[in-house]
Amino acid sequence: MAAMATVMPLLATQGLSRFFGGLKAVDHVDFSLSKGEVRALIGPNGAGKTTLVSLICGRIPASSGRVFLEGRDISRLPAHKRVRAGIAYTFQITSIFANLSVLDNVALAAQRRLSDEQSSSHRSLEQNSREALEQVGLAPYAQMRAGNLSYGHQRLVEIAMGLALKPRLLILDEPTQGLSDGEIESFIALIGKIGAATVLLIEHNMDVVMALAHRITVMDQGHILAEGTPDEIRANGDVQRAYLGSSS
Amino acid sequence: MTSTAKAVSLHLCIIVVLFALNFLLPEYHRGILSRVMVLSVFAMGYNLAFGYAGLLSLGHAMFFAAGLYGAGLTIYHLGWSAWPALAAGLGAGAILALVAGFLALRTRGVAFMIVTLMFAQAFYLATLYFTTYTRGEEGLVLPQSARNLSFPGANLDPTVPATRYMLALALLTVILFLLLFLVRSSFGRALVAVRENEERMRMLGYDVFANKLAALVVSGVICAAAGAAYAILFGYAGAGFASIQYSILPLLWVLLGGAATTLGPIVGTLFMFYAVDVTSSYTNAYMLVVGIALILLVLYFPKGIAGAVRARWLPWLP
Repeated sequence: MAAMATVMPLLATQGLSRFFGGLKAVDHVDFSLSKGEVRALIGPNGAGKTTLVSLICGRIPASSGRVFLEGRDISRLPAHKRVRAGIAYTFQITSIFANLSVLDNVALAAQRRLSDEQSSSHRSLEQNSREALEQVGLAPYAQMRAGNLSYGHQRLVEIAMGLALKPRLLILDEPTQGLSDGEIESFIALIGKIGAATVLLIEHNMDVVMALAHRITVMDQGHILAEGTPDEIRANGDVQRAYLGSSS
Repeated sequence: MTSTAKAVSLHLCIIVVLFALNFLLPEYHRGILSRVMVLSVFAMGYNLAFGYAGLLSLGHAMFFAAGLYGAGLTIYHLGWSAWPALAAGLGAGAILALVAGFLALRTRGVAFMIVTLMFAQAFYLATLYFTTYTRGEEGLVLPQSARNLSFPGANLDPTVPATRYMLALALLTVILFLLLFLVRSSFGRALVAVRENEERMRMLGYDVFANKLAALVVSGVICAAAGAAYAILFGYAGAGFASIQYSILPLLWVLLGGAATTLGPIVGTLFMFYAVDVTSSYTNAYMLVVGIALILLVLYFPKGIAGAVRARWLPWLP
């Protein structure tokens, strides 16, 4: 009976594919994610990581295959409906509203969620937005123009927008790219704190991956090459050849 | 004072000043201002789509003309009175905006400009084609008796200059405060955000298409309200108002006054009317002078008059 609870993954894909002409960017991928886990998605450049998560959140249409969220087929839903169903995506290239204040950026995310819940009072909007900013430590910058923030802080605005959606699955696409060592440390602490959400993390920095991921999925040339705990992945010969390099 | 209180007071002040001008202005200028107020409403409608939602339409003459003909044709041919004719104008604008928006919003950027332009040209040519009913460029002159607006206890005759002025002011007030409310609402904020970064909004779960369509329909209905009011207040509906010129003019007024500001459309329309009026009393080549003035304005105030005021002095200006 205990196994029953784990039968239904939060997210599952079946034969998910995306071809760009002759290039098989994502080739019949069966992937699943349990509730509450932090999963890292790694692989060399061009392995298909960003394409896979873009297919999951609906930013690009799939050539074939299906996506399930808690058993519900969401393959035909457009991106904005998948976000409403609970999949939040933060962009690899920082994509915030530079001309708006930091608070207003996050409020746009909170406002949409609250309007779904029919509780869009001005106060709860402000409160929800501030909570998300406090989570990422940007509360002191709430009234600043987002475009005037440092690059590292802009990345955090991006994450705060994701958190304000209170998603069931938070997809982070290379969140630590371009951050300083100190900022990476606080990012690791931040993701450790989120707890409730399931996180899918595309990441190149192996320190971040090893610190955060419960499980790791390795992609190469559009396929899933390996999947397992950090220790299993570290010990996997295929992974070492394909990704970490044959010398290690 | 909070920024909301400041904004509302400023808008109220402007309405009060316009009200007072009715008693202060000589007849000639009062006539111009009545016309400017109705056309400002057209510009305000355009501004919602162009300034706030970032939809550069070159076809808004169609929505103005939909209101103009929706009211004009029903008065002229069906003998409707002013209120139902106004409603017919608004309905025509809403339906056209919904259909044109549904198709045109599948495109963006330059393609969107072309598609909206084509819609408006098709509408313009239709007004000429059905010349039996519309009398084409010559237009319809609406009978005075049918233009009376009946209120409980009063019957307002828009051929009386003071009445016409007050009716135009009433329309302007309603639309100005409607827009002030809209652009500060969550819908208005979402529109600006869609304009700034459409893909991000989609990934925050917003239905970008539905938001743009809603903006275009509200914009179209406001422009149609201006058109219907024009027909009723000035008693004329002609195909000239459906021509490309009347798609370009609101763009010009909004750019001059300040895109994405609530007061910019009024400022821009007023400025253009008086620029033409003043220069044409001195020279035949007035369009040259106006053209140079426009170029200078765009060079030194790229955000328009109200936009520059907001950027330099009044950051709370909505």
